Amino acid sequence: MIEIKGLTKSFEDKPVLQGVDLTIGTGESIVIIGRSGCGKSVLLKLLIGLLTPDSGQIIIDGSDITSLKESELYKVRHKFGVLFQGAALFDSMTVRENVSLGLTEHTDLSPDRIAEISDEKLRQVGLPDIQDLKPAELSGGMKKRVGLARAIAMNPQYVLYDEPTTGLDPIMADIINELVIRLNDELDVTTIAVTHDMVSAYKVADRIVMLHRGVILFDGTPEEVKNTDNEVVRQFIEGRAEGPIKPVPIGGVSLGNHRSG
Amino acid sequence: MRKAITRLGAVTYRFFNEAGEIFSLLGKILFFSKKLIEDRALLFEQMIAIGYNSLPIVLMVGAFTGAVSAWQTNYQIEGYVPVRFLGLATYKAVVIELGPVLTALILAGRIGSSIAAELGTMKVTEQIDALESLAINSVRYLAVPRFFAGLFMMPILVIFADFIAVLGAFLVAQLFLGIPPQIFFSEIPTYFHVHDIMAGLYKATMFGAIISLIGCYIGFATTGGAEGVGKATIRSFVLSAILILIADYLMATLLF
Repeated sequence: MIEIKGLTKSFEDKPVLQGVDLTIGTGESIVIIGRSGCGKSVLLKLLIGLLTPDSGQIIIDGSDITSLKESELYKVRHKFGVLFQGAALFDSMTVRENVSLGLTEHTDLSPDRIAEISDEKLRQVGLPDIQDLKPAELSGGMKKRVGLARAIAMNPQYVLYDEPTTGLDPIMADIINELVIRLNDELDVTTIAVTHDMVSAYKVADRIVMLHRGVILFDGTPEEVKNTDNEVVRQFIEGRAEGPIKPVPIGGVSLGNHRSG
Repeated sequence: MRKAITRLGAVTYRFFNEAGEIFSLLGKILFFSKKLIEDRALLFEQMIAIGYNSLPIVLMVGAFTGAVSAWQTNYQIEGYVPVRFLGLATYKAVVIELGPVLTALILAGRIGSSIAAELGTMKVTEQIDALESLAINSVRYLAVPRFFAGLFMMPILVIFADFIAVLGAFLVAQLFLGIPPQIFFSEIPTYFHVHDIMAGLYKATMFGAIISLIGCYIGFATTGGAEGVGKATIRSFVLSAILILIADYLMATLLF
């Protein structure tokens, strides 16, 4: 279980998260929605300690990662698999090397066994015959699936998805959505996805939370989101320019490589 | 006046902040150096990239450095100093100063910029975050092998550069200045000091460390997409070159 309490984070004095409180139960499939720049990706990076919060707690299975030493934080990261927005595959490695890197670094398994596991993970994401290709030879959808195979290679308890369908055509986006659902069921993991793609959010989520102005504005099931009277949520899910949300994202800042969220 | 003081304060703050971050990275690299044997495959990969692959450019730089040194030394000493000292003067200049410094400056462009661009691209495409998310320390995995490959390979490259430079100087002396080998090499044994060669290699080791460290530091600090990577490569070269020249002066005062 993950408990986030009073989490705040600013960049160059610009507040992004202003007191986020959120509890994510084991086995849940939760989707965090919100405008670009509202802090969704920042929240994901805080969850695995890639960023340090200004204040607040992130308690993962009873352990507050904000007060852990670096070596202990690395141990906590073993519980997570992350699919990054652009897949973030290692350019210099083949697909198999990408998928097997965590196993190579953290286990004493033989190279043959590691290759077997990697190939099995690639089969699970529907890419059985591309082990020896380099990331540059893959399409956007294939990269995402390889990134997903890498994320699940170490059998994580939590799988984080940063904009899993961004940049994909609707059919490939649906394939990824199906994959997220299937892996959530088959691997018995907790799924945490951030997206502004509502088709994906409705399909994948047991629960949807909306991040707005640095706090959780809404928390409910997909049905509750669809039927909400909250004007801000309605404007977002209906994709209207008119409404209480202003065109310039509040709290949205450039975070260097944080392209959205 | 007030603005100037504010700006000076900001620049000073940035300087010390950045120097602190560079030393912090160096501290982490040294801390993780205990894993170097375990990570020897990564180290060898970088030694090939930094050392073996740089050999052609290093040999070319060495050959021309020696050739120009011989030609210009001959011009300067003609009529004042006996020509038998040409070989000695060229050899000393190459081994103590020109070999290490020119090789380092060329490699700051070739290796330092390449490290900054590679790590910078990994940073802006979230590959470094991906590495960290796999519980792999990015300093241990990326910076340590590059730093030690630079440290180990630079002196070896300088030995090659020195050898080729002396050979280049000899060929110019023989073919264009009409100085036979027994005259060109005559004074070198008399004034040969191991310390001269070692001093050049100490410098080379320091320069190798500077090039790799700055390349890694700039790479890790890259932000801003393709434009940021472009700026990082330039910055890596400029900063490395300045630090090489400063270190050269400081080491010269210490070693001689």
